[in-house]
Amino acid sequence: MDTMPRWADIALIPLINLTLALLVSALVIALIGENPAQAMGVMIRGAVGSAYGWGYTLYYATNFIFTGLAVAVAFHARLFNIGGEGQAALGGLGVAIVCLSVPWPHWTLALPAAVLGGALFGAAWAAIPAWLQATRGSHIVITTIMFNFIASALLVYLLVNVLKVPGSMAPETARFPEGARLPSAYDWGAWMGFGRSAPLNVAFFVALACCVAVWVLIWKTRLGYEIRAFGQSEAAAKYAGIRPVRTIMITMLISGGLAGLMAVNAVQGEAERLVIDSVQGAGFVGIAVALMGRSHPLGVLLAALLFGALYQGGAELEFEMPAISREMIVVIQALVILFTGALDNMVRGPVEGLFRRRRKGAT
Amino acid sequence: MTAPTHTEGRPAAAAPSQTAPAIELRGISKAFGAVQANKDISIRVERGTIHGIIGENGAGKSTLMSILYGFYKADSGEILIGGQRTDIPDSQAAIRAGIGMVFQHFKLVENFTVLENVVLGAEDGAFLRPSLVKARRLLVDLAREYELNVDPDAKIENLGVGMQQRVEILKALYRQADILILDEPTGVLTPSEADHLFRILRGLRDEGKTIILITHKLREIMDVTDNVSVMRRGEMTATVRTADTSPSELAELMVGRKVLLRVDKTPARPGPVVLKVENLKVTDDKGVERLRGIDLEVRAGEILGVAGVAGNGQSELLEVLGGISDATGTVTLNGTPLDLSGPRADGRSRRHAGIAHVPEDRHRLGLILDFTAWENTGFGYHDLPDYCRGALMDQTALRNDTRGKMERFDVRPADCWLHAKSFSGGNQQKIVLAREIERNPDLLLVGQPTRGVDIGAIEFIHQRLIELRDAGKAILLVSVELDEIFALSDRIAVMFDGRIMGERLPGQTDETELGMMMAGMDGKAR
Repeated sequence: MDTMPRWADIALIPLINLTLALLVSALVIALIGENPAQAMGVMIRGAVGSAYGWGYTLYYATNFIFTGLAVAVAFHARLFNIGGEGQAALGGLGVAIVCLSVPWPHWTLALPAAVLGGALFGAAWAAIPAWLQATRGSHIVITTIMFNFIASALLVYLLVNVLKVPGSMAPETARFPEGARLPSAYDWGAWMGFGRSAPLNVAFFVALACCVAVWVLIWKTRLGYEIRAFGQSEAAAKYAGIRPVRTIMITMLISGGLAGLMAVNAVQGEAERLVIDSVQGAGFVGIAVALMGRSHPLGVLLAALLFGALYQGGAELEFEMPAISREMIVVIQALVILFTGALDNMVRGPVEGLFRRRRKGAT
Repeated sequence: MTAPTHTEGRPAAAAPSQTAPAIELRGISKAFGAVQANKDISIRVERGTIHGIIGENGAGKSTLMSILYGFYKADSGEILIGGQRTDIPDSQAAIRAGIGMVFQHFKLVENFTVLENVVLGAEDGAFLRPSLVKARRLLVDLAREYELNVDPDAKIENLGVGMQQRVEILKALYRQADILILDEPTGVLTPSEADHLFRILRGLRDEGKTIILITHKLREIMDVTDNVSVMRRGEMTATVRTADTSPSELAELMVGRKVLLRVDKTPARPGPVVLKVENLKVTDDKGVERLRGIDLEVRAGEILGVAGVAGNGQSELLEVLGGISDATGTVTLNGTPLDLSGPRADGRSRRHAGIAHVPEDRHRLGLILDFTAWENTGFGYHDLPDYCRGALMDQTALRNDTRGKMERFDVRPADCWLHAKSFSGGNQQKIVLAREIERNPDLLLVGQPTRGVDIGAIEFIHQRLIELRDAGKAILLVSVELDEIFALSDRIAVMFDGRIMGERLPGQTDETELGMMMAGMDGKAR
């Protein structure tokens, strides 16, 4: 990418993509006879206009940071892990087992254990597709998708037949005991205005720590160097003695582990029990987040914040403007994903051309 | 203009005519970002001549030809074809103007027949048959006229490279090309195939075609061209009649200073055997045997040159020894056997054992083009203690080491933050060489050390290899350039079809004998 200054690649293009997505969304809203400006205002106010809104926006963003980082790490090895959904679901199982099986005296002990449990289960779920890719050449896109379905079916089975509280009608585990519950934003951030209902919890800080850790991993460590080299050219990596099987396995274990960590936020932090479909599509949003964030931890953080705001703003919109249905919110979110992810090259080409012409004019 | 067909009246041969030149370029300039690839280039190519364009890599030859063929648009300047101003916005326009191009990498459909490839993209009407009949007639005519014999019904995948190249020429002629551009056409050919190509080109010239030959080989220029233009750093430094010049003058024009075309070296003082290879066999994943039992030894303090036409197993040999692919047989390094399969048959173990490897294809293997120079300097050695602090890389140490290497190997620009892809071919190769040579290996594997490298750098690289030899290290050199093999080797092994055809001493053989061995004939029968 020598044709464009770095700031254009990192900031300008995502911004144009986002603007386009919002313009098309406005058009759709106008088509159903609602006022786009009003709708946009509701969304923005709902997402970031109050401590209440921030409590949700940051909670969603935490989920997306984990799943976004998971996709980003795999991207660096040119592996397309779209199994975040399943890995996060299994992470939920790991977290639930950790939280329910030990009578934790305090959350400071329960949190590291849950982090370990979530990461381990997520990694284990990624390990099988990774092994198939590394040794048999089964394409990881196909296998990770398949594993999403298997994970979903497995969790339904476990929740209905094994983990359900006897006598209960709901297919969910018992609520985690007091010592395993994470402090919510109300507990440590009431002074900032977070209310009792805010789902935001300390897992947010785990997510921030993961951003830093991934940055160090990718850009500073030997392993990250090997992962990037492998992603750039498998043939060259072999020449350098970087073992493909090992690199694929380790990368995918890290990726799956990061996806599994999402459960620390959603399962341990928010629901405080394992329910059916605890991931709610965050695994897939992670793909868009990683794409928009250019697989860089900082980019992932910013993109996750944006998607968090979209989710929360969308929920508000649905509530305040009944004519805009739930499906319409999904349309808006999908448009953002479409423009920032899939249609990236549509904007990139012309913008690059613009910079090339400007540079030519300057010389 | 109407493109004349090949059957049209035959103009007087060879000598530059007084009519308008076939091609005239006036003041062509082209820049890529800050790099001025072509600077105010003017050139006249006379009708019915073979015109050579010679220059170092990155001198701008390919850019100029790409402008002529409509791949790039010049920033300024004009193109005259047959005396008329012509715009060439794309290759279709170039073809309409009568220009045909034979690329270095052929653009043929492997599982189509020769006839189908010739017609492809130039079919008349919706049905193939009339075009195929026409093309077949034409092919027969051309085969008779120019020794361009190719079986029209053979599939491309079953043809050798020399034949494939003829198909490319036939394609251009079928499109009624009057001006033929060949980009480094002999890189993949044996000496005898190259001779045949030159006979074809002379025949075409005598029929009134104009031929532009891009090459970096001085000998070819001297052999076959009528006029020659020299490019240096984007500029056209001279256009001379070939008969009035000499190789050393051309070399000087190319680099702007006198160069040694021969390497100064003392006779080798071979020590004990470092590398011993016995009955080495490799079968590729299609089940084809690529190495059919190789035996060779390399001693300390000597260079064994492996000659051969590309694709006869040299690449496989290097990859097996470098730990990239698996094999069967026995390979020992200083008496210790090396694993040829399994987990310890990898590049890392080979480096620990004392083998360094400068791969044939630096873009595919030797470098990560999107990595910086300093990241590439650690490539393959990134787990060595000098570059590491625990699990972290010691980036400062690595960068300092890179700066030192860039200075010692005269890498330009000496900026360790630049991406590998931003360096010219010669400087990229120096980055790889610095990395591998400075590890002071017992055995250095070198593939095509000067492919795509400019003359100034060739000299430098050759000297470094001789120095390493004189320091008592063993070097296995693979090259398709016979000049290079002769200049560097203390012994020469010739490979053909996965076998060693024989070994010769450079002083006791010549290109003819090696050429025969490279073509699979026993060199002893002379």
